[in-house]
Parts: sequence; structure tokens; C-alpha cells
Amino acid sequence: MTISIDPQKTNNESLQPKGWLRYFSFSLDHKVIGIQYLVCGFLFYLIGGTLASAIRIELASPMSDFMPRDVYNQVLTLHGTIMIFLWIVPVVNGAFGNYLIPFYVGARDMAFPRLNAVAFWLIPPSGLMLVASYFVEGAAQAGWTAYPPLSITTPQSGQIIWILSVLLLGGSSIFGGINFIATIIKLRRPGLKLMQLPMYCWAMLGTSLLVVLSTPVLAGTLILLSFDIIANTGFFNPVLGGNVVVYQHLFWFYSHPAVYIMVLPAFGLVSEILPVHARKPLFGYTTMVFSIMGIVVLGLVVWAHHMFTSGTPPWMRLFFTIATAFIAVPTGIKFFNWVATLWGGKISINSAMLFSCGFIINFVFGGITGVALAQVPFDIHVHDTYFVVAHFHYIVYGGTVFIIFSSIYHWFPKVTGKMFNEKLGILHFIITFIGFNLCFAPQHWLGLNGMPRRVAEYDPQFQFVNQISSLGALLMAISTIPFLINVFLSVRNGKDAGDNPWNALTPEWLTSSPPPVENWEGESPLVEEPYGYGKEISEQK
Amino acid sequence: MLNKNIYLILIISLVFAISFWIGFNVNLLPAEASINAPIYDELFKILFIIGLIIFIGMTIAVIYSLFKFRKRNDQIGDGIALEGNLSLEIVWTIIPSIIVLLIGLYSYNIYDRMGGMKELNHSHEMMSSNTEKIWAGISQTSDNEIAINNLSIEVSAMQFAFLFNYPKGNFISGELHVPVDQKVSMKMESKDVIHAFWVPEFRIKQDIIPGQPTILNFTPTKVGKYPIICAELCGPYHGGMRASIIVEEESDYNEWFNKNKKPEVNL
Repeated sequence: MTISIDPQKTNNESLQPKGWLRYFSFSLDHKVIGIQYLVCGFLFYLIGGTLASAIRIELASPMSDFMPRDVYNQVLTLHGTIMIFLWIVPVVNGAFGNYLIPFYVGARDMAFPRLNAVAFWLIPPSGLMLVASYFVEGAAQAGWTAYPPLSITTPQSGQIIWILSVLLLGGSSIFGGINFIATIIKLRRPGLKLMQLPMYCWAMLGTSLLVVLSTPVLAGTLILLSFDIIANTGFFNPVLGGNVVVYQHLFWFYSHPAVYIMVLPAFGLVSEILPVHARKPLFGYTTMVFSIMGIVVLGLVVWAHHMFTSGTPPWMRLFFTIATAFIAVPTGIKFFNWVATLWGGKISINSAMLFSCGFIINFVFGGITGVALAQVPFDIHVHDTYFVVAHFHYIVYGGTVFIIFSSIYHWFPKVTGKMFNEKLGILHFIITFIGFNLCFAPQHWLGLNGMPRRVAEYDPQFQFVNQISSLGALLMAISTIPFLINVFLSVRNGKDAGDNPWNALTPEWLTSSPPPVENWEGESPLVEEPYGYGKEISEQK
Repeated sequence: MLNKNIYLILIISLVFAISFWIGFNVNLLPAEASINAPIYDELFKILFIIGLIIFIGMTIAVIYSLFKFRKRNDQIGDGIALEGNLSLEIVWTIIPSIIVLLIGLYSYNIYDRMGGMKELNHSHEMMSSNTEKIWAGISQTSDNEIAINNLSIEVSAMQFAFLFNYPKGNFISGELHVPVDQKVSMKMESKDVIHAFWVPEFRIKQDIIPGQPTILNFTPTKVGKYPIICAELCGPYHGGMRASIIVEEESDYNEWFNKNKKPEVNL
């Protein structure tokens, strides 16, 4: 294979396998890599979901009776780690980013196709390693936050494999981030201005900046932690004079921006989906761009709100309260703009639209509890309780995962060239929405009334509410069935979708479905108004 | 046009009315048993009402749009080509900024009333006499006030129990006994991993950290038995790491204290 730095010539077709085998190869095609990310992420979602079901079965009764206590801690650690590092981050960034960004900038591939393939192929081995660590000496059991000294004193092999796996996944994430920044800045087709890019590009630019700035801090922290575990150093080990709170600062310096790494791409995706199905331009493009960048800047200076009970000086608590609460302003702007995008449109009520609207409702709820949690006095009571568990599931599941499903429905015809079954899609939405709210809304009450998080046993007075929550979890598990049936049936027998079934204006729809290897037969089209609905351009069609 | 505005005003007042009604009538919190609890509940009520107004308002706006602007079967073409509205966008930048700032200032006030902003006297003294530095959780009082009564308690946490040392009585208890309506000061330290001291009815929580003592002060206001819960993952039996705090009348407390008190050992 010749090494070529020209992205337009990196896909040497004769060397690439054809058909479905492509997806198991070291393909350099950004579309193939995008689907690899998506399917791989979804498989890990099923594993993480199985672990979540195990947690909800354990919590259906107040006693620790379903699994041994140390296994329970391994399950909750793996659930968190898998859902964050192997499902949400790779899918909203890697899957949709790879598939869409080259189309949006008018390029034939990503800036560094080989780096791109390497970034993806780091994920399956590190994921498998993480899951397999269970069979060595038991998986890591200190939670996905791996706070020392607990992470130093629990069985070593599981924790070390966990660290290794997260380091590889972090590396994958950094490679992806560098690639997205380079592609968006340098590979734009001639004539395409930054302020003409679809909103997802801006979201990915902001997200990638956060990835590149904060992930190395996590990597450094975890390397120091691994020294403490295997080499008896004392960075975070209080017995040797280390400071456990320093770890928390370093960890959250990455892990709070990680929340924005999970939600900003979703903000971008919903900005692509709503205008198409509401037949209206995206409301307030410029304010949307500025609010993304505002979230990026603020997102870097709010980490200590995870540590209000850890022992921090009063001035620090005050600063982080105000900074955190102010994130609600740019975030709020985006939500008002999306509702304004719907207002006065001609809205098609379909699966993609319903999941996007479900996202708005769930995320507004999670955002409100987020502003409350930012207030030190409020947080001191509910920190490390089920209130927090409910809050962040409203953000990452009710928010981001809803948008992942919305995006799958929206781009399914583009990727496969086939239509999916709309009725099954709407059924999927209804079960997911009811199940999700039934599962997580009652957990707010549990936290306020005295149920801490990460427990296998609890006060019997909370049993009834926990059972409602477990019932919701059961519905969420069931909701994947119509989704999977829909995908399998539609890929095999779905009716032909045509090139542009939604009549959308963003560039990925201006080529055939599925697109050719180099994205366009001729030159890439110059799309100056990706949201020009209701204007003459669309009238002519 | 006038009609439309009347409906809008009607709906907005209804959203406010419902939110206030729920905020004042639905209690989501456990009993109030410390000085902090009613202060906390005041903040909770305000945040709850503001949150309800925003949530109900946004949900109505989304569902109304889906219904009112849904595409009818006979319709073709697009919606209106509205790309933004600067004055509207300024309004929904400035109003949330003001709300967020007011909430921040208000919660600062709440935190101050809880004693969170008070610097502990002894952190300076300790620095000069020895190198131990103590971090403050919520402190309602200065150390001098505490020194007057007997209520200075040392808490040590370990996998998976709390131990309460009463230095004035020279004894250790597995249950925390305190008299009602008196300030209690606790110095907490962990023997192994991070734990947390949480009493939901008191609305207080503070991590107990190995190698780094923390201070937590509170004043119970209601006689009764309340759970002390460890809120930081500390190992397999984390869920079982609980103790009780027994708030009793001063006479009962003194009786309990004198029964357990051990004479000073004279060397």
C-alpha cells in the first residue's frame, strides 16, 4: 500500500474488500469507519444495558440478594465505563462525525484517513479487554470515577486493566478529535465559509477542542494512579503522604468536559434534524455558534462542582457555583432556538422528530436539576445520591441517547438507501419515552429522601419506588426489540428510499443513497444555505 | 391579534399558578430536624417553582408546536423562512442570565446562613502551632463557642462503620448521641478510604477523607432517631455502612453521657 497524504487518493479501491466484509477491514473510507463506530458502539450499548438491568434487578429488593456485593460494584463500574467510553462518546463523535463531517465540509474523506482507522480499531480490543477483566480477578470495582484510595486497595488486576482500557479509549478519542479539527478547518471545499457550515460541524469543532484539551489530563492522572497501584508510589495514596483530593480535581478536569463531549455533538445533530422535518431554517444560527463556544469555554472551568462535599475552600465553592449555573444561559439559548425552529413550521411527526422532541423535554428537565445541583447548599444534601443518578441519566440518556436514535432514523435512508418502518419507529419512541421517565423520574425522590448511589442494599421504605424504577428499566430493555426488528427488516426488505427522501438541503443528501466511495460522482456541491427552507431554492424542486 | 395575546397571557398565568401550587403543596423532602433543614427547604422550594415554570412552559411549547404546526396531508412546501429574531434572542439571553445570577446570589445567601462561608478560627491557629490543616465543611459557629460545652466529637470512619469519640467523656460510641438545640462540632477523619457523613433529615453531608481531617458543625432541632448514611462508594458493604444519630433532651443526653463516661487515667 502506498502512503499518500492526499486524502482524495487514500482509498485504493482494489485493495479494499467489497460488500459487508468492508466493515471488518482496516477500511480508510470515512463512511465505513462511521458505521463501524456505530455498530460497535451499539453492541457495547447492549452489554452496558444488560449490566444496567442487573443493577435494577438487584435494586428491586432492599436486600443484597441477586449478586455478591463485590460483583455488584464491578457491574456498576463497568456499566458506567462502557456506556460513557464505548457507547456514547464513540457514537456521537466517532460514528456521526466520521459519516457526516466530510460531507458537510465538501471533502472526499477525513484529513487523516489512516489515523481515523487506527482510532476506531483501538476501541474493540480495549472494550473486550475491559469486559474480559471480569474473568481474571474480577473487574474494577471503584466506580467509573476510580477514586483513590478505594481504587488502590481493591484487587489490582481489574483496576489496572480498567486504566489501560480507558487510556486506549482516550487515545482513540484524541486521534478522532485532532482529525475532526483538521478536517473542519483545512478540508473545506473552496468557497465554503465557516459561518455557512451545518451546525454539527461547529458542535464537533467545539467538542474536539474539549477532547484535545482535557483528555490528556485524564491520561496523565490515570498513569499516576497506576504507578500508585503497581509501583507503590504515593501520588494519591494517603498512607504514603499522597493527596486523594488532588486526584478528584484532575479527574473532573476531564470528566466534566466529558459531559459536553457527550452532549455537544447531540446538540449539533438535533440542529440538523429539526429544520429538515419542520421545513424551516434553523433559528438563530449565529447565536447557536456562539453558545456552543460559550459552553466549551465555561465547560472547562466548572469541574469542582463535583467536589462540593470533598472539602474545598468556601471561595472555590462559590466560584464553581456561579460558573456552573451560567452554563444554563448558552444551553438555554439553544433550547429556545430549537423550539423557535419548530414554531410556524410544517412538521412531519415521524420517529426522528419524536425522538428529537423527547430529547428537548428530557434535557430541559435534566438541565433544571443541573442548575439546582450547581448551588452548593442544594448539592450538599443530594450529592452522591440517586438524585444525581437521575439528573445525569436525564442528560446522557434522555438527552444524548434519544438523539442517537433520532439520528439513526434520520440518516438510515442515507446510509442504506432503504426506508425503515415508521410505525415500528414510533412504537420504539413511545416505549422508550415512557420507560425512561418511569425509570429515572422517581429516582429524584429517592435521592432527596435518603438513598445514596452505588448501593446494593437500601432502607426498605424505598422498595416501592425502586420497583417502579425497575419496571421502567424493563420497558427500556423491551424498547430495543422493535428497534432491532425494524433495522434488520428494513436493511433486508425496506422499500427503496431514493436519494433524498426528506427533501433535505444539507450536502450529504445531494448525492446518491448510499453514497459512492468518494462521496460525489463529480465535484462536491457548494451549499451556502444548508437551512434554506421556505426559500426559492426549495420551491424549484 | 388581541385574542391571541389574551390566550398567551392566560396560559402563562396558568403555568405560574400550577407551578406555585405544586411548589407549595407537594413535599418531596424528608423531615426537618436541624437548623439547616428549613433554610435548605426554602431554597429547594424556590428552585422547584422556577424549575416547574420553565419545564411546564417548554413542554407546552413543544407539544403545542407539534400539534399546531404539524404537516396536514394536503399541505406541500415549507414553513416560513424565518432565520432568527435578534430582539427575541437578546431577550432569551438576558432573562435567563438574570435568573441564574439571582439564583446564584440567593444560594450564596442561603449558604452563608447555613454557616458555609465562615472561616474556621482554628485553621489559622493550627497552622502556626503544628502543620495540621483542617478543611471546613459547613460550620455554623466558631471554635471558641464549641469549646464552652462538651459537644466536640471526633468521628472516625472505616470500612464499614462510624465510630464516635467523645473526648470529654473519654469514651467511644457506635451511636451518635447529641442534645437537641445545641451546636455540635465534629472533626472527622477516615482510617482507610473516602467515606461521607450524611444525615438526610439535617440536609448536611461532608466527605470523610483519609489523611485530611474535615470539620462539620450542626444544630439538631428535633428529638428523634435519624440515620447516618455513608454516601461515598467505599467498598462491597458500602450500602450497609449506616449508623444512627439520636437527638434527645438535654437531661436524657447527660444521663447517657454520664453512664458512658470513663474517668481520666492519671499517670
